[in-house]
Amino acid sequence: MNRVTRYFIAVFSVLALAWPVYAGDASAEAPQVDIKSMLFGHIGDSYEWHITTVGDKDIVIPLPVIVHSSTGWHCFLSSRLEDGPYEGLYCASGGRYDGKIVERDADGNEVRPFDISITKNVAGLMINGLIVVLLILGCSRWYRKHDVLNEAPTGLAAVIEPVVTFINDDVVKNSIPEEHSARYAPYLLTVFFFILVNNLMGIVPVFPGGANTTGNIAVTFVLALCTFVAVNLFANRHYWKDIFWPAVPWWLKVPVPLIPFTELLGVFTKPFALMIRLFANIMAGHAVILSFVSIIFLTVQMGPVVNGSMSFISVIFGIFMDFLELLVAFIQAYVFTMLSAVFIGLAHEKPEAGKND
Amino acid sequence: MSLLMPDSGLLFWMLVIFVVVLAVLAKWGFPVITSMVEKRKNYIDNSLSKARQADEKMAGIMKEQARIISEAREEQNRILKEAAEARNNIISQARDQARDEAAKLIAEAKVQIEAEKESALSQIRSQVALISVNVAEKVIRRELADDKAQEDLIRRMVDESLKIDADNAAN
Repeated sequence: MNRVTRYFIAVFSVLALAWPVYAGDASAEAPQVDIKSMLFGHIGDSYEWHITTVGDKDIVIPLPVIVHSSTGWHCFLSSRLEDGPYEGLYCASGGRYDGKIVERDADGNEVRPFDISITKNVAGLMINGLIVVLLILGCSRWYRKHDVLNEAPTGLAAVIEPVVTFINDDVVKNSIPEEHSARYAPYLLTVFFFILVNNLMGIVPVFPGGANTTGNIAVTFVLALCTFVAVNLFANRHYWKDIFWPAVPWWLKVPVPLIPFTELLGVFTKPFALMIRLFANIMAGHAVILSFVSIIFLTVQMGPVVNGSMSFISVIFGIFMDFLELLVAFIQAYVFTMLSAVFIGLAHEKPEAGKND
Repeated sequence: MSLLMPDSGLLFWMLVIFVVVLAVLAKWGFPVITSMVEKRKNYIDNSLSKARQADEKMAGIMKEQARIISEAREEQNRILKEAAEARNNIISQARDQARDEAAKLIAEAKVQIEAEKESALSQIRSQVALISVNVAEKVIRRELADDKAQEDLIRRMVDESLKIDADNAAN
């Protein structure tokens, strides 16, 4: 305990000594830090991949913009947009389409063209998808090249295999009846690894990480949509009967189909909850970490002592949050996979033998 | 709020990327891993049950072995006992035989000795007779100077001879 305290004091004093240099400059200029735009800039999507700012110079990776506007298809690098409109297209600032590429129609209103640009999130998804594919194919390559009965897995296979086995045995096979589990296992495993890698890469603050992919509602929407399709497309008769003619007293379903209505609503709320849970958890985690980092810049005006101590605290909390996010990254991937498996399992449930309706 | 509005472009790309990743992994990725893990699991299960069977068989063999050993030991004891009996038999037989043989030899020897004695005696007797005859001749040749004495002697001798004959006959 004593050693820890001494260590803290040492760090504090170094920070307090080092800070006045910057703090003096900063308080002289006193630039107002726009926390909100910084936060949303990091959480949200953008047409270029901003890596860092050195002095006045932004270091960005320009990404391809692909839009279909009133004048047809346009495909160019986002760096073209820096110097004003390009081919009639420009980045809106403020308004309904803030930060999105827009064009002006005949009346001078900003309208949104059909936009399938490779944005930061899309690029992040591509990189993460590639990582997932390489990880899993690297693992399966080991199994193709080696005799599984004579050798224990080594390298990548030794890392991936326990996770695959864990998800496959504890989640998939526990939730889905035996005869269907093999069909859904690849989907659920893909979902797990896809979410896990995206979550982890989202925590990494520098390129190629840092894209807030699973903290984006579009991404979780697609994942939830896939689970929705997987649940309902191959559901058995019993599942549909339980929705439209559940085993409840007749007056709950005949004149006013109260229970069928809520059951039908449940079909949609289940994937919706999946979508919101993953999105909110990851987005909130990023927001909290960013907020802690922002404390450093917000307290610059309050003088070196406050700024130094607050920086120290925010770094400690930031580290704590990063560890928490590591945990959340795994838990959310696990929860999404497990709930998807449970929902799929419910859709294949057999009516209990001897049950009287 | 833009955070809660899914962007159409991102939706499109996410769908494409996820479907591609899913397709690739469902075709070449996970089935390989899960089937191999399953295969190994079955192999391990098989090996374990085989090991258990081998153990049971081993225990059976051990029991069998113990049984065979105890049987062999009994057999050994029996054979040893039999051998001892046989030895005793042979020894006693040999002893008997030896005794018989010895008895026979002794008997034969006795007979021979008897015969030898007999022949020796007869020889001695004949020698003695000859010697006595010679002695008698000489005595007689010298003694038979006067008749009277001769007659007495002859008579006596005849009597004696007769007596001897009679004794012999009686024997």
